[in-house]
Amino acid sequence: MASLTKNKNVKIKDTFGDKVLNWFTGFFLIFVIAIVAYPLMFVISASFSSSKALEAGKVFMFPVDPTLYAYQFVLGYEPVWTGFRNTIFYCAWGVFLDTFLTLLVAYPLSRPNFAGKRAYTMVFYLSTRIGAGLIPGFLLRVDLGMYDTLWPILFPGAVAVGNILVLRTAIKSGIPGELFDAAMIDGASHFQCMITLVLPLAKATLSVLVLYSLVGHWNEYFNAMIYLSNKELYPLQLVLRPVMTAGAGSQGINAAESATSSQAQKDEGLEHVRYALIVITTAPIIVAYSFVEKYFEKGMMMGSVKG
Amino acid sequence: MANPTVRIENQSVYSSRMEKFWANFKANWQLHLMVCLPMFYLILFHYVPMYGIQVSFKTFSPRAGIWGSEWVGLKNFDKFFGYYLWKEVVWNTVAIAGYSLLVGFWPPIILALCIHINTGKILKKVTQRVSYVPHFISVVVLVGMINTVLNPVTGFMAYFIRIFDIKDYVDIRGSREAFRHLYVWTGEWQGLGWSSILYVSTLSSVPAELHEAAKIDGASRLRRVWSVDLPTLLPLMALQFILSSGGILSVGYQKAYLMQNAMNHEVSEVISTYVYKNGIRAGDASFGSAVGLLQTLISTCLVFFVNWIADLLSDGEYGVF
Repeated sequence: MASLTKNKNVKIKDTFGDKVLNWFTGFFLIFVIAIVAYPLMFVISASFSSSKALEAGKVFMFPVDPTLYAYQFVLGYEPVWTGFRNTIFYCAWGVFLDTFLTLLVAYPLSRPNFAGKRAYTMVFYLSTRIGAGLIPGFLLRVDLGMYDTLWPILFPGAVAVGNILVLRTAIKSGIPGELFDAAMIDGASHFQCMITLVLPLAKATLSVLVLYSLVGHWNEYFNAMIYLSNKELYPLQLVLRPVMTAGAGSQGINAAESATSSQAQKDEGLEHVRYALIVITTAPIIVAYSFVEKYFEKGMMMGSVKG
Repeated sequence: MANPTVRIENQSVYSSRMEKFWANFKANWQLHLMVCLPMFYLILFHYVPMYGIQVSFKTFSPRAGIWGSEWVGLKNFDKFFGYYLWKEVVWNTVAIAGYSLLVGFWPPIILALCIHINTGKILKKVTQRVSYVPHFISVVVLVGMINTVLNPVTGFMAYFIRIFDIKDYVDIRGSREAFRHLYVWTGEWQGLGWSSILYVSTLSSVPAELHEAAKIDGASRLRRVWSVDLPTLLPLMALQFILSSGGILSVGYQKAYLMQNAMNHEVSEVISTYVYKNGIRAGDASFGSAVGLLQTLISTCLVFFVNWIADLLSDGEYGVF
């Protein structure tokens, strides 16, 4: 077997059918790339185009009549800054809390001789199946005087059980048990093991989980919409909402327009501002993704395949 | 210290299970300490609020609070079935979720297979990287993209309308007929690459020897897809199908709510948006809670039902629970 594959002469050639299949799948992949990428490209191009070119239907793929006006407008729009500030704060806190809790559960559950493992797993798993539901949770928090405070945003209540299972599997199958045994014989406590062994050795999986958590908190708006009425506390997504959803009526952007712009700016038109908003608010998360991307396959596979 | 159970098993000095557990606890107390913080968090913020479910059977008044409100039995449930559009709301939910499941289930598998089959390394990498990107876009922005990109005056269609000089175009953002397609296919656009990850990594876990052996026996690539790759995917496909079947009654609040406008209201009202509107915006908490409870109960039953069917069809091989 080994000699067969090493000997180049015996390599089995692709048949005609195989080649056709390869072409066919290649076309399909290119098709997928085009379908997925085109709307993204259009949004980026539109954000750099002038509003007039947009309204005249001239933009197809590349910016027409390039201008940075839309970005200037967005950056001059005060609530966007407030939103960014709040979102960054919520993200920093949320990612810390998520990762910390996940690690604190995943490490013990990955230890082979930990009695009580099944019971703990059950309690955590059950929380994904049953919960109070939207209304009771809302009532309770209102009862506790949490309405319009940061508490419901900072402590949303769910633990990312899926992430726990992924990290547990990654520790179990990715870090040899002998390493832990050796550390313990040398007198390390479980806490030390967690910090000095798990943190560096499960880096790939951890960074993927951090990304998940970051994406979740960056894109979160529903909790904030329910619990916050103070606009100073609004996360970015909630600031965007009126501008983004005002489809046919476009009240949101009109309100923003009449509040901040002069007549000259109104003449310029503001449709491309929405595109710029989309780009500005989504770009940070895509950049974060591209940093973690190299860990991606490794980190995902560890948790999923053997899970 | 390091490996207590080995010692425990060799010496049978521990007479009862309790003592055995105690010995394990003494060795592993640090682990219990670690779990206890997240446990506390989960119980406090997730399980404790469950006592509020009782408002489904009460008429909630803010002054009396959750405990003090008056019991009314099943009145809130009656009220939902008395609502003249309740069938529409349920049907909208089932239609959207069923359509999503039907349309959304296959493309990630096909994409994963194509990525697996194709031999162009760069092409594969590019496809994967590009197709993951939409997953990171938030619901708010996605709906914003739908509203801007599909705007017939300033979106990409404006280009085609100008080029082909189309006169009688419709604004599909406000079209009632188009809503479901729009909802499902934009979801597909967003989730396609991401959902395929699991399948791709499962496919790459197939031992190379299996393919090698099949090749030597003269199997074409297509034949190997059929006899090697697909059987590997089957258990995962069953699992995914079972898990997503529970969602047939739970179209998320987020996207449906954001996509709602005056024109598509009749088809875009789903159970969760109905709950949100009645329970929180209109303030009828008991009613909202009751409808939400009903939805959760039926969804849970559905998961077990589909699991049972899968179990039955595969002789206990593909069941999850």
